[in-house]
Amino acid sequence: MKSDVVAQRTIQLAFLAIAGGAWWFATSSGAISRLFLPAPDAVYAALSRLVGTNQFWNAVQITLATIAKAYGLAIVAGVLAGYLVTRSRFWMEVFEPIIAGLFTIPITLFFPMFILFFGIGPGSKVAYGATYAFFPIALNTIAGLAGADEKYLRAARSMGASRFDVFRHVLLPSAFPVLLTGLRVGFFICFASVLGGEALASIAGVGRNIALAAELMESARMYAWITFVVLTAVSLNLLVTSIENRVAKAEGMSR
Amino acid sequence: MSALDSAPAEIMGMPRGRAVALTRWAIIVGAALALELYGRLFADPSFFQPLSAIARAWVNPIMSDERIVGALGMAVFEIALAYGLSIVVGAAIGMAIGGSNFARASFLPIVLLLYAIPQVSLMPLFVLVFGLGAASKIAFGFSHGVFPVIVNVVAGMRNTNPLHLRAMRSMGGTRADELRHVVFPNMVPSFFVGLRLAMTMTMLGVILAELYVSTGGIGYFTRVYAENYNPAPLFALIGSLAIIAVAFNSLVRVAERRLMPGRRPTARLNLSGARTK
Repeated sequence: MKSDVVAQRTIQLAFLAIAGGAWWFATSSGAISRLFLPAPDAVYAALSRLVGTNQFWNAVQITLATIAKAYGLAIVAGVLAGYLVTRSRFWMEVFEPIIAGLFTIPITLFFPMFILFFGIGPGSKVAYGATYAFFPIALNTIAGLAGADEKYLRAARSMGASRFDVFRHVLLPSAFPVLLTGLRVGFFICFASVLGGEALASIAGVGRNIALAAELMESARMYAWITFVVLTAVSLNLLVTSIENRVAKAEGMSR
Repeated sequence: MSALDSAPAEIMGMPRGRAVALTRWAIIVGAALALELYGRLFADPSFFQPLSAIARAWVNPIMSDERIVGALGMAVFEIALAYGLSIVVGAAIGMAIGGSNFARASFLPIVLLLYAIPQVSLMPLFVLVFGLGAASKIAFGFSHGVFPVIVNVVAGMRNTNPLHLRAMRSMGGTRADELRHVVFPNMVPSFFVGLRLAMTMTMLGVILAELYVSTGGIGYFTRVYAENYNPAPLFALIGSLAIIAVAFNSLVRVAERRLMPGRRPTARLNLSGARTK
């Protein structure tokens, strides 16, 4: 078993090494134009130059603020909508298919309308990211709250719990795992859609800078930006996964 | 017993299913009427137009302009091709990875790592490499669609009951028998979850690339209409794409019902794909 794990790690490292080696070889041998794929050291140099500039930190700050606003709005609206809809089975059956059906349409389609309504500044990206993230959060809130055990609800009510008490001590804990999935999915959708929105039409931000570097054919700088985004996303993903694992473990123990 | 089970079987003398559907349609029609009234009475016509004006714009210019109809047809072609490629390649890679515990433990982390990359950040790269035409849109749609297929095929192959496998082996089944009679039938529900997710993602990828490339295709027309404050044809064009999206989704659902009668998978809410066990 132990040697298996070692072999698997070796394969994974070998895969990364081969990918990196192929990148280095393809660029240094001139098989691929530097315009499409600059050498790894050129990208590294561009990235270290980029990190030292004000332009970089301005763009990161704008994008982070946009994501924070969009995600915050999506959480409030999504959880509230999910709570209101699940107050009765009737309204849940009415609304859940509408929300789920709307979510199967790529909301990116409506991006030009966001630009039309909210302009080309960060406002349109906030609205776009919030709209995209609203759906998974609302749908998972509905799924989580609808799964709460009727017996607990009745017990809490018969012991005189207020509406808020019921929400705080029964509904929220039982919906929490599913809700957490929604928040996770919502966050990454929000992250990607803000970046995408910035690349599609904007005047500032990380996504805009990637698109700008591509338009100017400054490949090394474009790859430097992409590297930064990919590293950020992957480390965020690892962070969220480890938090989730810890929560799952803690829940397993309390049961 | 769910929190919402205590519901009456009839509402206002109607079976509750019909009452629910009726209310749902009433809300949809009500929303459409509200938009129409808002467009007629209050809205600035350079930002919003009533639905009737949008419907007129759909007939002319959207459906009567050959270039726009061509661009819509092109988008349909791109989505279909990217989706087909995602399924074939995704299923092949998924089966190769899911075929043994060792391969899964080795390669699934790499797939999940790639899946975690926000692909929008690579969009300019796709255009740079594949050009402004259909190829970059198909490639971008494929790169969105292939991962959910891989992950769900791997998850589905893992779902096999070891008892069934042992029974198969003890009765002299070959590896081919195992795959044909145990692994594949068990994989089907999870596979369809992947197919549905892949459709959503493929459309997202193709449409993102279409909007990003504004020198031709749909992105050109949306940009022209949005920048000229001409919302009626813009909404009509977006509406046509939405109809295309709904049609593609229904196609997947029909296929699912045909091939998997009587089983209604509940995993609709699971969007991360990676989380399916």
